[in-house]
Amino acid sequence: MDEPERRTVLKALVATLAGLSTGALETPEAAASTASESWTTQTLEAFADTLIPGERRFPGDMVVAGAVTGPGAVQAGVVGLLQSPRLPVAPLLPAIAALLDARAVAYAAVRLIWLSPARPPFVGLPFSDRTALVAGLFDPDDLDRPVWQVMSLLVGLAFDTAAPQDTAEALAQGHPGLTWLRFPEPGPDGLWRFPDFSYGRPLAVLHPDTTASGSPA
Amino acid sequence: MTAQTTDVLVIGSGFGGAIPAYYLAAGGARVTVLERGPRASAADFTQSMRLGTYNKIVDVVQGDGVAVVAGNCVGGGSVVYFAASLRAPSFVFERHGGLGRRLWPAALTRAALDPWYDRVEEALPVTRTDWPDVSYAGGVLAAACHRAGHTCNPVPVAVDTSTCTNCNWMLSGCRFDAKRSLLLNYLPAAEAHGADIRPLHEVQTVVPSPLSGFRYAVGYTVLDPDDYGCTAQAGVIHAKVVVLAAGAVGTPVILRRSAPFLGGVPAAVGRYFSGNGDRVSVADVDERKARSLLGLSRPDGTAYEGLPVGRPITAATYDHLDPAAPEYSRFTLQQIYFPPLTNLLAQSGGSPAWFGVGKRDMRARWRSWLTLLAMTEDDNEGTFGAVPPTGGFIRLAPGLGQGTMTYHPTSRTRRAWDRADTALRDIMEKDGLSRVLPWSEDVADTVTAHPLGSARIGDDPATSALTDGNELRGHSGLFVTDGAAVPTSLTVNPSLTIAALAERAVAGIAGRAADAGVALRRDVPLPGR
Ligand SMILES: Cc1cc2nc3c(=O)[nH]c(=O)nc-3n(C[C@H](O)[C@H](O)[C@H](O)COP(=O)(O)OP(=O)(O)OC[C@H]3O[C@@H](n4cnc5c(N)ncnc54)[C@H](O)[C@@H]3O)c2cc1C
Repeated sequence: MDEPERRTVLKALVATLAGLSTGALETPEAAASTASESWTTQTLEAFADTLIPGERRFPGDMVVAGAVTGPGAVQAGVVGLLQSPRLPVAPLLPAIAALLDARAVAYAAVRLIWLSPARPPFVGLPFSDRTALVAGLFDPDDLDRPVWQVMSLLVGLAFDTAAPQDTAEALAQGHPGLTWLRFPEPGPDGLWRFPDFSYGRPLAVLHPDTTASGSPA
Repeated sequence: MTAQTTDVLVIGSGFGGAIPAYYLAAGGARVTVLERGPRASAADFTQSMRLGTYNKIVDVVQGDGVAVVAGNCVGGGSVVYFAASLRAPSFVFERHGGLGRRLWPAALTRAALDPWYDRVEEALPVTRTDWPDVSYAGGVLAAACHRAGHTCNPVPVAVDTSTCTNCNWMLSGCRFDAKRSLLLNYLPAAEAHGADIRPLHEVQTVVPSPLSGFRYAVGYTVLDPDDYGCTAQAGVIHAKVVVLAAGAVGTPVILRRSAPFLGGVPAAVGRYFSGNGDRVSVADVDERKARSLLGLSRPDGTAYEGLPVGRPITAATYDHLDPAAPEYSRFTLQQIYFPPLTNLLAQSGGSPAWFGVGKRDMRARWRSWLTLLAMTEDDNEGTFGAVPPTGGFIRLAPGLGQGTMTYHPTSRTRRAWDRADTALRDIMEKDGLSRVLPWSEDVADTVTAHPLGSARIGDDPATSALTDGNELRGHSGLFVTDGAAVPTSLTVNPSLTIAALAERAVAGIAGRAADAGVALRRDVPLPGR
């Protein structure tokens, strides 16, 4: 990616966060299912699946590598979040996916890995190679590192926080990421309170030298 | 059009801004506070991780080698902070750092600051906590410390523990008003005395005022509440005294942008930036060992599984704060909770370190994580680069900015981190209790919520931007009272020290206001008294 393009992509990625903030995105999943044919989608899904892997969605799923059982970032709706036509990043996703695919071609070439022309190159890589390639993207000297840092942030936000949704609502709907973490349920009024929160007994000797308020003396 | 004027103009409404704003207003000065962020209160604070909620009031500013987390609202960091309220140990004031001579002004020692700490503890107020206030997570740290031969203390907090619900949403603002943020003490008291607080006003420059009787003219833009872009509205306020308190990532940028108009600013502005030596680690706790080694169990029969429960900071060990130990070897180890927004940063111990199958497995044990913060002695090695066109950084989205600061830890800072890591392992990995891993630097480099030192006080004009009374060298009536003034990392959370220094600076600020003809009452009581 050349410098102006990299900057455009970064700006659009963060603008996606801004769009989420203003509620521009209501139904991420819907957008994902209609668009899941394209190479761009497949490549981005495979990237997200490398960071937070999930199980195959159907027998023969090549995009999600199926490295584990249970949900991953794809199940948590990450690509829908990125692909909403209402967010400014959507037009740039083909460029980001192409960048990743170019890296995959280069990666495969030096290792003599055969890539099927029927699939995006990154999707064609076995899971262990996807993992090695992605690790390399975070090399401090890699010029595109900021792009992958923001992309990873989005993947994490989708899985760990259900970013476009209110947390209580997401939990009520069984959000795959929050459920995987076993994020606690709120009370009946939708608020969290923990009446039981402490072992309630001394567990260590206090430092001998502290002030009246409990600071280091 | 008549020019806008005020006696004292305060930039930023966090600890550094709210405290002088109160005293000067209560003393009888006309006080105006310009605050970049929005104004919110308990009813607006939602317990939610939905984007569009917390990221309206807290920013992550990504620089080169460092990411800073900071408040962006009326009340500043006090609204989103975790309220751990600790005095800095005495040795901190004696630090020499990389320069090889004492960095704090001669007039400042712990004993000299203690009366000011007393005031802040009374004003917020700070609660001394006890074991029943310590969360399950804090309890695991305490029990592990005890088993490893260390002491551990409940941490004093600016929280009303009788109304706190231990919900663990402090980063989103306290919707029960149990956290004693500045919205509950200094700021309303300042307003009661007529202070005018203007949210969504972002200061751009401070220049000499052409109006007679006024020293400075402060230029601001008004921000759009929905996307924080600048609106067409802009303005200038002329003031007799200016207190700059935009936080340690905001203040140096405003000063550097203003430098050509002010006839230059001290070379130390925008240098010596510190992340308080912050170092976050995750201990992946073995539940069976928590039971068998530490003898812990909860009413429901589980041993721990308590990461999301309680207040974010409840316990810490002060055992590594030996005043006789060499510099870069002293630190506090503290239990802390971050919402899962930061889960990406946790390492899993496998390869790759922070993503993939091992990391996903570790996420399934999320409730058994114990997150820990070491606050160490760093080297103030951060610097600020080219000044952005507006504000303190380039705003990319609500809650996210591209900053101009660079922080590449020196070998001394790395050594300090290594010592803290080792000590933490000795406590938390003893007999396989847990697996300890620092946050990955691949994704966000070093992360700190405690920026300090970018315009520090001191006696040496070469290495300090401010006099020991917080006045910018060479610029009478222009003060800096926020975290930027703190000359070294503190080995504890900094808010109480920032506040105590601001309390101490008030007399000098009032003196300059009086010089400019503002008649002030003396002996102003603590807010609310
Ligand atoms: C999540 C989190 C948890 C924390 N927990 C603790 C803790 O438990 N204990 C502790 O001691 N510390 C804690 N801290 C740190 C503490 O909040 C800060 O050290 C403290 O708030 C710094 O005070 P300050 O006055 O320097 O700046 P701030 O409180 O950051 O205030 C600066 C204000 O200036 C405003 N501003 C910036 N630029 C401009 C501009 N150009 N024009 C106008 N206004 C501007 C900002 O919006 C902000 O409101 C925490 C911080 C965070 C983010």
